[in-house]
Amino acid sequence: MLERLGLMPAQASTIASTTDALYWFLIGLSFVFSMGIAGALVYFSVRYRRRSDADQATQIHGSLALELVWTIIPFGLTMIVFVWSANLFVTIKRPPDDALEVLVIGKQWMWKLQHLEGRREINELHVPIGQAVKLTLTSEDVIHSFFVPAFRIKQDAVPGRYTTAWFEATKTGTYHLFCAEYCGTEHARMIGRVVVMEPADFQAWLAGEETPVQAMAVGGDGDTVVEAGAELFARLGCGTCHRDVRGALGPTLAGVFGSDVRLQDGGTVVADEAYLRESILDPRARIVQGYQAVMPTFQGLVSEEGMLQLVTYIKSLSEGRGS
Amino acid sequence: MSPTQDPALEAPERATHYLNVDYGIWSWLLTKDHKRIALLYLVSITFMFFLGGLFALAIRLELLTPGADVVGADTYNKLFTMHGVIMIFFFLVPSIPAVLGNFLVPLMIGARDLAFPRLNLASWYVYTIGALFGLWAVFTGGVDTGWTFYAPYSTSASYTKVVPTIVGAFFAGFSSIFTGLNFIVTIHRMRAPGLTWFRLPLFIWAHYATSIVIILGTPVIAITLGLVAIERVFRIGIFDPALGGDPILFQHLFWFYSHPAVYIMILPSMGVISEVITCFSRKQIFGYSFVAISSLAIAFLGFLVWGHHMFVSGQSVYAALIFSVLSFAVAIPSAVKVFNWTATLYKGSISFEAPMLYALGFIGLFTIGGLTGLFLAALGLDVHVHDTYFVVAHFHYIMVGGAIMGYLGGIHFWWPKISGRRYPETLARLSALIVFLGFNLTFFPQFILGYLGMPRRYHVYPEEFQVLNVMSTAGASILGAGYLLPMLYLAWSLRWGPRAEANPWRATGLEWQTASPPPTENFPRTPLVTEEPYAYPLREVREY
Repeated sequence: MLERLGLMPAQASTIASTTDALYWFLIGLSFVFSMGIAGALVYFSVRYRRRSDADQATQIHGSLALELVWTIIPFGLTMIVFVWSANLFVTIKRPPDDALEVLVIGKQWMWKLQHLEGRREINELHVPIGQAVKLTLTSEDVIHSFFVPAFRIKQDAVPGRYTTAWFEATKTGTYHLFCAEYCGTEHARMIGRVVVMEPADFQAWLAGEETPVQAMAVGGDGDTVVEAGAELFARLGCGTCHRDVRGALGPTLAGVFGSDVRLQDGGTVVADEAYLRESILDPRARIVQGYQAVMPTFQGLVSEEGMLQLVTYIKSLSEGRGS
Repeated sequence: MSPTQDPALEAPERATHYLNVDYGIWSWLLTKDHKRIALLYLVSITFMFFLGGLFALAIRLELLTPGADVVGADTYNKLFTMHGVIMIFFFLVPSIPAVLGNFLVPLMIGARDLAFPRLNLASWYVYTIGALFGLWAVFTGGVDTGWTFYAPYSTSASYTKVVPTIVGAFFAGFSSIFTGLNFIVTIHRMRAPGLTWFRLPLFIWAHYATSIVIILGTPVIAITLGLVAIERVFRIGIFDPALGGDPILFQHLFWFYSHPAVYIMILPSMGVISEVITCFSRKQIFGYSFVAISSLAIAFLGFLVWGHHMFVSGQSVYAALIFSVLSFAVAIPSAVKVFNWTATLYKGSISFEAPMLYALGFIGLFTIGGLTGLFLAALGLDVHVHDTYFVVAHFHYIMVGGAIMGYLGGIHFWWPKISGRRYPETLARLSALIVFLGFNLTFFPQFILGYLGMPRRYHVYPEEFQVLNVMSTAGASILGAGYLLPMLYLAWSLRWGPRAEANPWRATGLEWQTASPPPTENFPRTPLVTEEPYAYPLREVREY
């Protein structure tokens, strides 16, 4: 009910209900205390308001007994919260031994993931329901943070070290994946989704077979090819680097198709379909002058159909500019 | 000499006081009078407050819709960074200590000035140099690291004006060290005869505790920011793993200061509240020694909780457990203060002038801010809400709902003493109400947003978060109006406000026993203190 009203996030992991219970306990505690204080403030304000200048306050020095009461009782209550939340924390920090493993690399501004079985993903994580999944995280550049609200988990991905997180999904569906640690320009677009699937669907997905859920490498139905390519372009996070601003990590793609591109090794190449395709599948082959070899390969992430859509979309960015 | 007896005899319009003793720009820029230096600070930080407020307004405008409509990603990142840097380093940290503390610490303890008047003036110049560096960074392209300057982003990835900003914050830090040192020496050495430690106003206790935090903590942030600049400029590996450094080390050093810095911002405000609550309920403070000692307890424990900012950063589970339990402990002295203020109202004779409205608002908002701090201290729960809008809401309840409410309450309370004029009471009450309502509408929805999972520092967000963001932006516009009003009517009162008597609130405290505004030397004769603080009701004739 609160979830449908948009006041609570979806509960889709084994720990989510414990986190929420703790949340509600603290809300209850806060409500009792703040209403107690507010009630006392209002009551005293009305009851002891100054009716005339002759009104005299009754001076009270204090009360050791009261001081002890309102020191010890809140302290006791906070210790209950401490034990409860520490217990939950230890659970969150200790992945089960039989967990599936996924490697997660954050970089400005995308998530690169790889299942231990080999399948790679960008800005998307497919996992089976009812199975613990352990993430090993690191970063290629600055600090990022892997945050899935529906699972109530978050873990920083820190360059130069490995951190871990784990979860066990309890509900199929698609959930937000956010970067929660500010990481520069496109921090707010370093987002993606976690797709929780039935185990059979997951196995099929893992094996790389087309399944009804695997829509990632192809645009939606009913779109034109350019629209499908644009959608794919956005979903793969291409635009976080290929932007027309100073300091962007990749060259802008507007007007690229058909033009002469100066390369790092001093040569030039005509940006035709073949070069675009090569740059997506093997980005380090021919680096554009002035840019670093930082783009990951999309080999195995984009189907041939998706590749055509992408290339068509990039071509469309040059229309009306002459060739 | 008893100025409270018949203020009219003093003929205030002809009396010489600190404002009319001297004229001309140099009499201000070279003044060693703590009261004039307080006013220099007041003007400077008010400017910074409205600049920081403009950035906040731009942030809220951008967040009105899920897309990037008003500003782009880079601009937004600069806006929230500069909002944070300006509000924290150039407004909140100096606010109450440098303005009200500077003005009142000598007056409240019956001294002629602070112990080191030249150091006091130097602190304002150092602050101004820092602020100019900050403004230079702002107006030559801005900075986008977030006020937290997290490495390695700040040292190796940002293309913006990181070093000038750091130099600015570095200077501002030194100005608060100067102020803190001055307060500690003054409070130790210059109390009037009879003014024992446990007769000190709680405002003084709060400033004493704050000063200790300032002089112990600020050098660490200065060193930390210095190291960021060194790594950024000379590429010497300290924090960036690519250069052989450790980014978690940065977080430890940064929060070692920046968590106690929260207490630098809130403790002075608590001091104001103790003065205001007692005056407008005509009561002794309930549990004086508990309120006084709790300030020191907060200052001490505040240094031991920094790791609660790092529960998901990769610090060890054992460290996290210790930091969590200590974070719960630091909540207790704050709770004790709230209970004692509330109990002070019991059987009082309460009136509701604007300072009292701000004080009551403070208690309510600080209570919510403090309680939501427990959510963040709770390890397993923090994993979810860390770096979301829940945190944003929480610290604004403390820093805006707490520190700024206290600051405004204090400015109104001592305005007659500072300016010698009364402000328009009805308008002031109205603006206190507007601030309170606007504040809650702005920040309460952010708790819900945060638990839903909206991360901080996002200029675009999923559509399902829009309704709460619209509420927040609506609240911010109300809050903005609430802040503009006092600015206008206080300025108006300087010329057209009715003249204030020495003790318009009939408050205890030495500062009310000299003229409004006070003469340069504060007291014609050194006062002698013979009774407890807050000895209400004020007796008609007091012989000093």
